[in-house]
Amino acid sequence: MKYLDEFRDPELAGRLFEEIRRLTTRPWALMEVCGGQTHSIIRNGIDQLLPPAIELIHGPGCPVCVTPLEVIDRALAIAARPEVTFCSFGDMLRVPGSSQDLFRVKSAGGDVRVVYSPLDAVKLAQQLPERQVVFFGIGFETTAPANAMAVVQAERLGLHNFSMLVSHVLVPPAISAIMESPQNRVQAFLAAGHVCSVMGTWQYEPLVSRYRVPIVVTGFEPLDVLEGVRRAIAQLEEGRAELENAYPRAVRPEGNRPAQQVLEQVFEVTDRNWRGIGPIPGSGWRLRERYRAFDAEERFAVGHIRTDESPLCHSGEVLQGLLKPNQCPAFGKECTPRTPLGATMVSSEGACAAYFQYGRFIPVGAVEASR
Amino acid sequence: MCLGIPGKVVEIYEAAGARMGKVDFDGIVKEVCLAYLPEIQVGDYTIVHVGFAITRLDETSARETLTMFHRMGILEEELNAGEEVSP
Ligand code: SF4
Repeated sequence: MKYLDEFRDPELAGRLFEEIRRLTTRPWALMEVCGGQTHSIIRNGIDQLLPPAIELIHGPGCPVCVTPLEVIDRALAIAARPEVTFCSFGDMLRVPGSSQDLFRVKSAGGDVRVVYSPLDAVKLAQQLPERQVVFFGIGFETTAPANAMAVVQAERLGLHNFSMLVSHVLVPPAISAIMESPQNRVQAFLAAGHVCSVMGTWQYEPLVSRYRVPIVVTGFEPLDVLEGVRRAIAQLEEGRAELENAYPRAVRPEGNRPAQQVLEQVFEVTDRNWRGIGPIPGSGWRLRERYRAFDAEERFAVGHIRTDESPLCHSGEVLQGLLKPNQCPAFGKECTPRTPLGATMVSSEGACAAYFQYGRFIPVGAVEASR
Repeated sequence: MCLGIPGKVVEIYEAAGARMGKVDFDGIVKEVCLAYLPEIQVGDYTIVHVGFAITRLDETSARETLTMFHRMGILEEELNAGEEVSP
């Protein structure tokens, strides 16, 4: 139990583990949706401290990982233009496109800048009126309110040199897609807490009843994750399928209404291709017609760029929970955070990167066999 | 990028027509957009994503989960009285 001391409250963590052990009578497979939760699980060894009967399947909730390759290639094409100042969250810089990444575009003289907030890009557009400032608007429902507001702000300020390359993805359609996959093994979900802070929990009720699957809204701290696991296992063992909120300190059932209003005003639902997973109907947001003037894909005519994924990378299976990162033949060999073959090795929220960072080089099955 | 950080609102002001503020993240103070939390006041806690406050985190509910854990732990101790617990 070498990791237990590292919990904020080791005694409490110990009790939660005990309670989970007491509840568990047979094998269960849970999926944590969010990459932040995956990180917390691997860092604290939660997967190794839980009873072996419980398998945690790492979900697709890493926005950097699922941003489709063709969008990355469009970003690279836009960023390389001489008139463009390309702004992005730092995680996107090393995400491999078909032949290079943003970092290399920058080294080759492209004006690529890392910003903390999309509003920083709006400010930059004000300061650099002679430049075309483009923001790479990716993410789940958590970052979408920020990106939507940046567009509203740019319009309010009458900025003609600001645009956004939008590739937003949504959690509920991804849960549907996972449940409908013939290969699905997931029996309960730990939903992403902060996505629900924005969107509320009401979107998940229909999923719970349609698929009879427990969904527990869960936070990111190790103790939050443990509480989410405890509640999910309790439901499964008792044969219940309910929506539970294990993260009430940050999630209200109705979510953030002012944010939802601006999202509704700026974005509309669209089909989205998820990197490694494929197209999921109605699983993304794009700018509404009214805001098309701020759409970078239209401004720079890059919509035609289509590309294929490298055949070496198994991140699709990793993102669908069919393969653990350390079961990929390239893991830790050809593929490391310095030389990533897939997006899941780049972002700190990606499962491959989490496994690499915390030295999980041996698959769990192999560890058990050697015990 | 997508992990939210909790912090305390220490200042609120208007900038370019938007409700903005300063949020203290354990000593590091950053400018944050408060447009989505029209009711939030100086001294309140919030979770911030990419420069935007998205949810309030009042002190009472911030402690709720922990209290719940404690309650659960105690409850579990009671349940385990005399019961075998696997190591
Ligand atoms: S280890 Fe690298 S090559 Fe293998 S699935 Fe992960 S990102 Fe792809």
